[in-house]
Amino acid sequence: MQSSDNKKNSGDSRRDFLKKSSLITAVALTPAVAMKAAESQADERFAALFEKIPLNITVNNKAYKASIEPRVSLLDYLREELHLTGTKKGCDHGQCGACTVHVDGARVNSCLSLAVMNEGKKITTIEGLAKGEELHPMQQAFIKHDGFQCGYCTSGQIMSAVACVREGHANSRAEISEYMSGNICRCGAYPNIVDAIVEVKEGGANV
Amino acid sequence: MMENRILKDENDRVDGFLKVTGGAKYFAEYELPGLTYGVLVTSTITKGKITSLNTKEAEKAPGVIAVLSHLNKPSAPAYEQEGGSPMKIFYTDKIFYNGQPIAIVVANTFERATYAASLVKATYAKEAFNTDLEKALKDTKAKKLQGQPDYKRGTENAYKTAEVKIEQEYVLPIETHNPMELHGIIADWRPANKVTVYAKTQGVKATQGTIANVFKIPIENIQVNSEFVGGGFGMALRTWPLEIATVMASKHIGKPVKLVITRMQMFTMVGNRPAAIQKVGLGATKDGKLTGITHKAFGESSTYENFTEGVVNMAKFMYQCDNVNTSYTIVPVDLGVPIWMRGPGEATGAFALESAIDELAHELDMDPLDFRIKNDPEMDQQKNKPFSSKNLKEAYKLGADKIGWSKRKNKPGSLVEGSWKTGYGVSVGVFNANRGKASVKGILKADGTLVLQSATSDIGPGTGTGMGLIASKLLNIPTSKITFELGDSSLPPAPSQGGSATLSTIGSAVNDVCVALKSTIAELAANSNMDATSKFVDVLKKNNLPSIEVTKESQSGKERDSYSMYSFSIHFVQVKVHSLTGVVKISKIVSVGDSGKIVSPKTARSQMVGGAVGGIGMALTEESILDHRYGRYINNNFADYHVPVNADVPEIEVIFIDKPDYLVNPMGAKGMGEIALIGFSAALANAVFNATGKRIRKLPITPDKILA
Repeated sequence: MQSSDNKKNSGDSRRDFLKKSSLITAVALTPAVAMKAAESQADERFAALFEKIPLNITVNNKAYKASIEPRVSLLDYLREELHLTGTKKGCDHGQCGACTVHVDGARVNSCLSLAVMNEGKKITTIEGLAKGEELHPMQQAFIKHDGFQCGYCTSGQIMSAVACVREGHANSRAEISEYMSGNICRCGAYPNIVDAIVEVKEGGANV
Repeated sequence: MMENRILKDENDRVDGFLKVTGGAKYFAEYELPGLTYGVLVTSTITKGKITSLNTKEAEKAPGVIAVLSHLNKPSAPAYEQEGGSPMKIFYTDKIFYNGQPIAIVVANTFERATYAASLVKATYAKEAFNTDLEKALKDTKAKKLQGQPDYKRGTENAYKTAEVKIEQEYVLPIETHNPMELHGIIADWRPANKVTVYAKTQGVKATQGTIANVFKIPIENIQVNSEFVGGGFGMALRTWPLEIATVMASKHIGKPVKLVITRMQMFTMVGNRPAAIQKVGLGATKDGKLTGITHKAFGESSTYENFTEGVVNMAKFMYQCDNVNTSYTIVPVDLGVPIWMRGPGEATGAFALESAIDELAHELDMDPLDFRIKNDPEMDQQKNKPFSSKNLKEAYKLGADKIGWSKRKNKPGSLVEGSWKTGYGVSVGVFNANRGKASVKGILKADGTLVLQSATSDIGPGTGTGMGLIASKLLNIPTSKITFELGDSSLPPAPSQGGSATLSTIGSAVNDVCVALKSTIAELAANSNMDATSKFVDVLKKNNLPSIEVTKESQSGKERDSYSMYSFSIHFVQVKVHSLTGVVKISKIVSVGDSGKIVSPKTARSQMVGGAVGGIGMALTEESILDHRYGRYINNNFADYHVPVNADVPEIEVIFIDKPDYLVNPMGAKGMGEIALIGFSAALANAVFNATGKRIRKLPITPDKILA
């Protein structure tokens, strides 16, 4: 954990900068000029110096080096920066599970994790589950058992389902239902989702 | 374009591969060069006027490109004229409800737009308001409007003089659709007034038409894309002010703008199932013949737009009864305007009517199933027409056998095991077997594939899968070689996906296209001296044709004037209720669908299962709770607004009668998205009564109400 002194210092310097820059902006710039400044990327250059911090992260076995604002969630980083849009935003509050990814093998709501908290970590998203055209057994089972309708919660359901089996929480329908209850499906495909997980578990495939 | 890979079974969803790999692109996932992000600022009062709006701080914030509000009225020509409905976003300083969008902040990242939106400050002149339906009903001065013409058959309120009667009031709270995908839009306004939008819509043509009307530009200038929609349940049946605001913003800054609203905003900006209070009076002879039905409903609406739905429809024809009267009143309150939510008004009405039927059966000491069968109508007394098809008696029997109805005791509270009391409930659901007008283009290619195109949608039921199966059977082409393109306003026109009409409407046009293609192939074969049984690939090759194409527009024939057409469902529920805690556990569900021929068995079953799950939420957990002192929702998130989760859902058996009704359409198939949910909440309430003797007339059925 960071010491409170460190936090205070780093916070102060950024706040000072913002105060000064907004003062300059207020005095010197009309909205039209501000728009021009935004277009000339002046904001970006300031932000790169003072507001962004470096990030090294591995997503689906690919290493990324980034410089991002610390307030960017892992979910928004995946979707908006890496364009890995298979991971979905359903609530942004860790309440629906649509954004579930694996972080170092564990299922995590990516909306509740800031991207910069994942320095050096290995992320797997739905895009990293299949081997090319060869689907992961869980993906194939979801198709077979029609474990979705609109498809929006599906990525999160599948990432959670894979983790559920790996964790050893797929020993009965009741246990599966319990350990899959963090992933909401509004279309109501739950019984089909359980069917898919039971099949994968009983099939004994390496998930 | 739908990809069609790795189909192991012809009944699998054609878009399954894309949906399980994250490859399906929903509206917010399109990459556009120079994309900017919009975030909405919303009102913090419920009624009144904006007296000042300070956007200066926001405009100065890093990355901000523009802040639009009523102060700078971004150009929308149709909004220049004051007043009228719909609400003209940014063209009024009036506040109609709490959480109404009052400004949009556009910045070059989502985070910056979000921060800048927090810097916009508004002051208001507040006015007195009311967000409580019950209070509005008691207030004689509060405005009330007729939602539907009053209906009367025979004697009014005949139930009052019946040998046996019941009279009760049923209350439903506001329910919020809450599809998993957040609402929003990407708008890209280009020079010469060309607009492309990526929308979350149940109707690309409807969205296109609305944008054309508001901005007064030719319809052909507008391209609407909506290939994948992450659930709708009715909330995407119209273009909401927030979508217009985003188009305005793109027009204003000359760049594409993406707006994705928050889950909290999903409760205030994109409609809901309105609260309703219903009074039902039923009368019967001692031997159980219905002699009077009175159904009076009061439904919530808004002050700035009227909203009506079919709350009292079912009472008019569902049972054999000579004396029926209904009324439906809408009551404006200071909330966002509602919109149809799955099952719409019929589901609201069915909770009341089907609970009341159960109550009357209890008064008569009759099995509620026998009571329904005894009053099953021979014909539609409202329209004075025969039903095109209705197999309810068969459906009652199949469902009863499957749930184990014979174990049910008529006396409530009879089945006790330890702390758990078991009960059985049943209810009917019914909805119009609608069929509209649609066009489909079919392109049959010499490489053995078929492409079908129509500007319809797929919010989840599996439109492309169903259409592929219709074409596959008619043309004898495997579904893996059929592609169905949808969600694109440039395709042949089709109505919005709603009212359980897509399979019937678009499917009929697919049918007609396939029949036409077949006859063209037969003609070509005859002309080139080929056998009539020749494969179309060979016929096309022999004629040196890379492809042939046909476009057909299809709609109902005259049968619709002579017959009453409905889809029916029966829901059976077995519950266990805990004596000490009042917890309701659903142990088994059997839903029977009487909706004609089943075209796509796998997706049809899923739709019935999904309807039951939606019904569980409506019956047991869902309620958008307002703090009426402030006019604000207090449970506007998924942690506090409880939709059913996996562990809430038991085994669900689906049975289809599966008998074609060729009066409705050439496939003999009727829609079933609505009937999957309509009536379910009553079946559950009736089961809870059978288990405990406690009649819950106010949804949701929470433990406190059972213990009270």
